[in-house]
Amino acid sequence: MSYDVIIGLEVHVQLQTVSKIFCGCSTAFNPDQPNVQTCPVCLGLPGALPVLNAEAFRLAVKTALALNCQIAGFTKWDRKQYFYPDLPKGYQISQYDLPFSHDGHVDVVTEADGGAVRRVRILRAHLEEDAGKNMHDESGRGRDSLVDLNRAGTPLVEIVTHPDLRSAEEARLFLQDLRLLLTDIGVSDCNMQEGSLRCDANVNLHVHQPDGSKVATPIVEVKNINSFRFTEQAILHEVERQWELYQKTKQTIKDAPKSTRGFDPARGVTYAMREKEEAADYRYFPDPDLVPVTVTDEQIATLRGELGELPAARRARYRDQYQLSAYDAGVIIDQGREYSRYFEVVAEGCGDGKQAANWLTQDVQRELNERGLTIATFPVPADVLADLLKRVTNKQLTIKAAREVFGALLEGEETATTARIEAIVAERGLAIVQDDGAIDAAIADVIARNPKPVADFKAGKQQAAGALIGQVMRAVKGADPQQVRERLIAKLSE
Amino acid sequence: MSSLLNLPAAELVTRLAAGDVTSAALTEECLAAISQRDSSVRAFLNVDVERSLAQARSIDARRAAGESIGILQGLPIAVKDLICEEGVSCTCASRMLENYISPYSAHVIERLRAAGAVLVGRANMDEFAMGSSGENSAFQVTANPWDLERTPGGSSSGSAAAVAGRLTPMSLGSDTGGSIRQPASLCGVVGLKPTYGRVSRYGLVAFASSLDQIGPFASDVHGAALLLEAMAGHDPRDSTSVDRPVPSYTNSLNEPLKGLRIGVAREHFAEGLDDEVAEVVRRALDVYRSLGAELIDIELPHSKYAVAVYYLIAPSEASSNLARYEGIHYGHRTEKAGSLADLYARSRGEAFGTEVKRRIMLGVYALSSGYYDQYYVKALKVRRLIRNDFDAAFAKVDVIAGPVTPSTAFKLGERTSDPMAMYLSDIYTIPANLAGIPGISIPAGLSPSGLPVGLQLQAAPFAEETLLRAARMFEAATDHHRLIPPMARS
Amino acid sequence: MSLTSEQVRKVASLARLELSDAELSDLGAKLGQTLDYVARLNELDTDGVEPLVHAIELSNVLRPDVLAPSLPRDRGLANAPRTDGKHFLVPAILEG
Ligand SMILES: [Mg+2]
Ligand SMILES: [Zn+2]
Repeated sequence: MSYDVIIGLEVHVQLQTVSKIFCGCSTAFNPDQPNVQTCPVCLGLPGALPVLNAEAFRLAVKTALALNCQIAGFTKWDRKQYFYPDLPKGYQISQYDLPFSHDGHVDVVTEADGGAVRRVRILRAHLEEDAGKNMHDESGRGRDSLVDLNRAGTPLVEIVTHPDLRSAEEARLFLQDLRLLLTDIGVSDCNMQEGSLRCDANVNLHVHQPDGSKVATPIVEVKNINSFRFTEQAILHEVERQWELYQKTKQTIKDAPKSTRGFDPARGVTYAMREKEEAADYRYFPDPDLVPVTVTDEQIATLRGELGELPAARRARYRDQYQLSAYDAGVIIDQGREYSRYFEVVAEGCGDGKQAANWLTQDVQRELNERGLTIATFPVPADVLADLLKRVTNKQLTIKAAREVFGALLEGEETATTARIEAIVAERGLAIVQDDGAIDAAIADVIARNPKPVADFKAGKQQAAGALIGQVMRAVKGADPQQVRERLIAKLSE
Repeated sequence: MSSLLNLPAAELVTRLAAGDVTSAALTEECLAAISQRDSSVRAFLNVDVERSLAQARSIDARRAAGESIGILQGLPIAVKDLICEEGVSCTCASRMLENYISPYSAHVIERLRAAGAVLVGRANMDEFAMGSSGENSAFQVTANPWDLERTPGGSSSGSAAAVAGRLTPMSLGSDTGGSIRQPASLCGVVGLKPTYGRVSRYGLVAFASSLDQIGPFASDVHGAALLLEAMAGHDPRDSTSVDRPVPSYTNSLNEPLKGLRIGVAREHFAEGLDDEVAEVVRRALDVYRSLGAELIDIELPHSKYAVAVYYLIAPSEASSNLARYEGIHYGHRTEKAGSLADLYARSRGEAFGTEVKRRIMLGVYALSSGYYDQYYVKALKVRRLIRNDFDAAFAKVDVIAGPVTPSTAFKLGERTSDPMAMYLSDIYTIPANLAGIPGISIPAGLSPSGLPVGLQLQAAPFAEETLLRAARMFEAATDHHRLIPPMARS
Repeated sequence: MSLTSEQVRKVASLARLELSDAELSDLGAKLGQTLDYVARLNELDTDGVEPLVHAIELSNVLRPDVLAPSLPRDRGLANAPRTDGKHFLVPAILEG
């Protein structure tokens, strides 16, 4: 017997607004100072009322458009009612039957170098408020739990996929693509450590029966997974567990309701969460404190226009336009839109996309990491790096010399300029000498003064050329070693 | 000494503005009246003597320095104890919020302070505004100044009784199903529920958010117009607050409406209405006729469903609005909680009164899975039919006139064991909340047994100016508003 | 009709209300009366009627994404029954 793995994800993404979804408190991640970003509205104090943040709605619509969703012309707000200490009003403002968007898809590249693509359909994406954070006593002594409401009211988009994913790896790739997409369009920083992107995975198996039919195992929702790796591990474990359980019990989806499990990263296993005394009854109803939002086709078109080129399209273009490998294109695009723009300026400016990609994925990346900078604060502007690399393409500088110039530019106090490149090259005599006459004269001189190596070379000892090249290079500072080698061998072979 | 408090609000404002009376003197009279009579009326839960006097003196000082005082000119006002004021307790007459101090002020409080109000104290009410007799207060039962054994009505019991008992010339109440108009009628004062969205709800502790509206009580129509003018208008902190200019209600108040068309609904005189109330209301209609108004028969065919609609929508919203009271972030917390689950259920079980529990339970039931469409959605649909009735009526008439409440003030204790009977006392006031339209109760005289009877006028959304002018026409012609309960006569 | 104590108990548990036995039986009867009364709505055919949530129907009320001052922590926690000066405290939440 074999089985298919069926996975659907619910992803919560915090939107990058300045203020919360229904009040003016900051959305900054601030776990060290609990309960300082709260006000009557997000504390749920008696009498306080919510007012929708326009930017939260705008970013939510952009998110949905990037997921190829349909945007509803009319959407409203509902209360989802449950009691939990991180939810001060006793209900979460969310969207129930008329979410602002529905029916989209994301195409996930599931193999290296642009192979198989898995289309993951998006059922819906809706906007809601985040809850606060409960912190539990880990000592096991049953001490009080602590509640911090700084996060309460942060805008969240909840993205619900169809059960279209077929493996733990696909689920991870989907999440990685989603993060790339959403950071790229600037709607979220998707920082999983800080909880800006959180994931619940619904997992079950379709077990193939001898008669060709398939039987579904009960659905398990693994809650609140906070890293890509953990998502993959949790699903792998869940698949294994369900398969063993099925073989033992033959229990199917008809025999057991959906259950909820947590994931313990330390042990790499999922565990049963305490079942509520009764099935959840959220008693959704329209929030009378908020009014509906309507969206026109014109507004949708404007926002769609603001999306620009999405990562998947950019990846394809980098392959076609700059002949980059999928890997190199991915490394650059993963760094975000500004980084990609930087790359494109360098690639266009130096006329060599591969060389630009090499520099960005190695030298620039290394410097950024070491200096704790972002591309926006990097002291070598794209056009300056382009100028430097163009000198390599034009054989004015060797790669080694270019690295030296790059290092010197970074030592400088000020933002690098092309004039600085010029000055460094001149000061250090790094320019490749293009004067063929001078090189030829030096070659003739070296041949005349070194009969032994010349004889050795002519006798077939190729490596004898090395010493001769070295002498020419010393004689003509800044000569291109490649050029010297070619001319010397030509001369010796005459 | 003849008390200033026996003067209609219109006259008090004139005297304050002219400097004939100081705010401090008037406030002192209020405080004296409260200390003399409130032990029997029990309208106030909390009076801050020092603070109100300080506010009054500061207004007087500003006036003396030639600064302009707002339109309230230093009038003392009582505030129903569910409108938040920074640094002041806000109990909602519930054990749940017995020790709650609001860290912020409601929009209307900011507006009233800016308009020169002196906020003397917090008025009693039915717990969380749920009730029609004031008897659901967790702390005390307010009496009707006309007969201390009778109810002042509710839920704004203290606000109505404070004005009727001439303890303050004005007060703030809130009206979700009649909680301003019904007690105004039973206490013989003016009480107005504005159009939904006319006055910001920011800082009003919610009972049923889609129905709640803050409104004024005053001894005369001018006072109500003045107080409404001071607090109406757009507030960006309330999404349901309507951004629409506020006319000066007081400027046009004394201009009679020519060719006023008054709708009279057959449904308002159907069974259930006490004869002595019907009689007073009919006489009031005659007054309008004599003033040249045209009386036109109209129909409100769905009004008989209003109480049923209300008792689904209001509890549903309330069950959700009151979920926040669980003893964690504020409010009463049980001493006997082992677990978190116990903490919720016991804190709420201990601190909520019976009527609040009934309504929460009803609301939870109506919203729970399997019943939502049958109850809640059905109610919202009939709500639209009720609104449509009014739209059709206001195509033909300027105002609708009728009774406020089926009977005069009933005895305290008489209906506490029969919630349905209590609910039905709001039968004429609930439709305006469901439809969002403004309504006013004005004194129409006394019943043969000597108890006040109110006349209700209702108008189209945002037609408060018409409503107030029509009310003032009647008042000017009758002087029922000058009737003062014996206990308050000095 | 009257709600059974089983039904009342279920609703009370959803509502997080601990009720005494007396309250349970009172509520069963009183809720039943109210439900009997509201059953009159079934006389009306409301097919095709749009539910009315807000009496005054507005749309697109939005605020700009700008910061407003938060409450100082001590004022936000001032009404809480139990705190450690930084957090709201609740009996241990058990998970797993
Ligand atoms: Mg959600
Ligand atoms: Zn806030």
